[in-house]
Amino acid sequence: MISTGVSGSEPGSSAGTAADSATFKSPFYDDNELCFKCHGQSTYSYTNENLGRQVKAIMFSERIINRERFYGSNHKSFACTDCHSSEYTNFPHAGELRMEQMYTCIDCHGNDEKFAQFHFEEIEKEYQESVHYQYEEQGFSCWKCHDPHSYKINIRNSSNLKETILYDNNICLNCHADYDHFQLLSDKKEINIITRHDWLLNQESHFKSVRCIECHTKVNDSILVAHMVRPVEYAVKGCNECHSQNSLLMSSLYKFQSREQRADGFLNGVILNQSYVIGANRNEYLNLIGLLIFLAVAGVIVTHISFRIIKKRK
Amino acid sequence: MSYIYLYPKWIRLWHLFNGLLFIILIITGLSMQYTDKDDNIFLVGFARAVKWHNIAAILLTINYIVFVTGNVITKNFRFYKIERKNFLSDLISQFRYYSGGMFRGEKQPFPVTENRKFNPLQKFTYFLAMYIAMPLLIISGIGLMFPEITINRFFDISGLILTDLLHVTMGFLLSVFMLIHIYTCTLGSTPGSLFKSMLSGYHESDEH
Repeated sequence: MISTGVSGSEPGSSAGTAADSATFKSPFYDDNELCFKCHGQSTYSYTNENLGRQVKAIMFSERIINRERFYGSNHKSFACTDCHSSEYTNFPHAGELRMEQMYTCIDCHGNDEKFAQFHFEEIEKEYQESVHYQYEEQGFSCWKCHDPHSYKINIRNSSNLKETILYDNNICLNCHADYDHFQLLSDKKEINIITRHDWLLNQESHFKSVRCIECHTKVNDSILVAHMVRPVEYAVKGCNECHSQNSLLMSSLYKFQSREQRADGFLNGVILNQSYVIGANRNEYLNLIGLLIFLAVAGVIVTHISFRIIKKRK
Repeated sequence: MSYIYLYPKWIRLWHLFNGLLFIILIITGLSMQYTDKDDNIFLVGFARAVKWHNIAAILLTINYIVFVTGNVITKNFRFYKIERKNFLSDLISQFRYYSGGMFRGEKQPFPVTENRKFNPLQKFTYFLAMYIAMPLLIISGIGLMFPEITINRFFDISGLILTDLLHVTMGFLLSVFMLIHIYTCTLGSTPGSLFKSMLSGYHESDEH
């Protein structure tokens, strides 16, 4: 008997996943079900031959894979054993299988024309220059942020920036706001994200409207999402980096949309339609009209003063 | 030269605060709207501009409440009442005076009296400024200060963008009003007489 319910602990929402998974039929569905029947929910049962009876046990939460999310993800067409050892089909699993070497993104996507547009090589290079890379020995890898079982192309397909922001920020918060996860990789003391950002005006609005990576990565023009997470002393702290005409956000958060909009001739369109950034939302027409009105008023005043001076001289 | 006591103390204080707060709001507002990556010509940085704009805006709102309350409980509101009769022709004759008549030595059409503090053009622009533009400026400002209460989308455009456009437009129009207002205050019997009136409370009766 297998009970149902309880999802995994991966970050972010999975809006739209159910619909995607409903229309997709994996050629490996039945094979994968051999794994999912235990790893697809919070409990599993097996026959204990020593005891001679069925045993029901709790599945370790890190080993639970949500079916719906998996079949809605970018890797939905895979069989579990494409990435994991085929020896996992035996139960109980051999202990040494836990030590299996996991693939990283670049192992499959690197130097492949099919994935050229995503610039995985550049992402890998950035990752290796990021602060995260120093924790690779402790077990840091692509998967700490991007769960391969649920990963879905996000900002590129997003029509709702708020959801994308929430999704992306939850990736960071999964470790940086959860000390249990954080201390798996680092011996540093627990950080309180809220108090560390006390200096940030309208903190709540910022947290809802921009991603952590806007300030904590170095922007790279050739990839869509910057991966070079920089040491905290390099984090953006100047308001005018974003609140300005050439807002940093145009090359980070709004990069993809702004490229599309520019192609249509609507510069700043995405900001106008989805967001509001003081200082970046300048309307060129209003600016021009404002300047003309101001000059006209100043002109009238100067003319009036001139007539008054002429009259006085007379 | 006779003097009329036209500006009671509460109006003078309100007016002084209103003017000072408006100057702060213009400088800080411009600093926010036109900030750039390299700190440019504007006097205050973005973070400081936001802080002082918020403080000045709250004080301006309180000051505006004082103004409206004062007008309700005193008789000052009567000076703002626009008469429908001859509304347009009165506006035109005042405009003609400013644009030509005063240079030909004509008498002003609506001299200041105890019962007429403002000429028709003043009444009209002051009414627009204080009872139309100011409430819109304050309401849109509250919407920007508390973005969570602002409607998210309006005809598929960000509600905050529309609120911002309204706020910036009203702020600009009132800044232009302030510029004209300060200039027209030099049109007294001497360029400084009306400024003195706003300090002393007494208006020189033979001027506009």
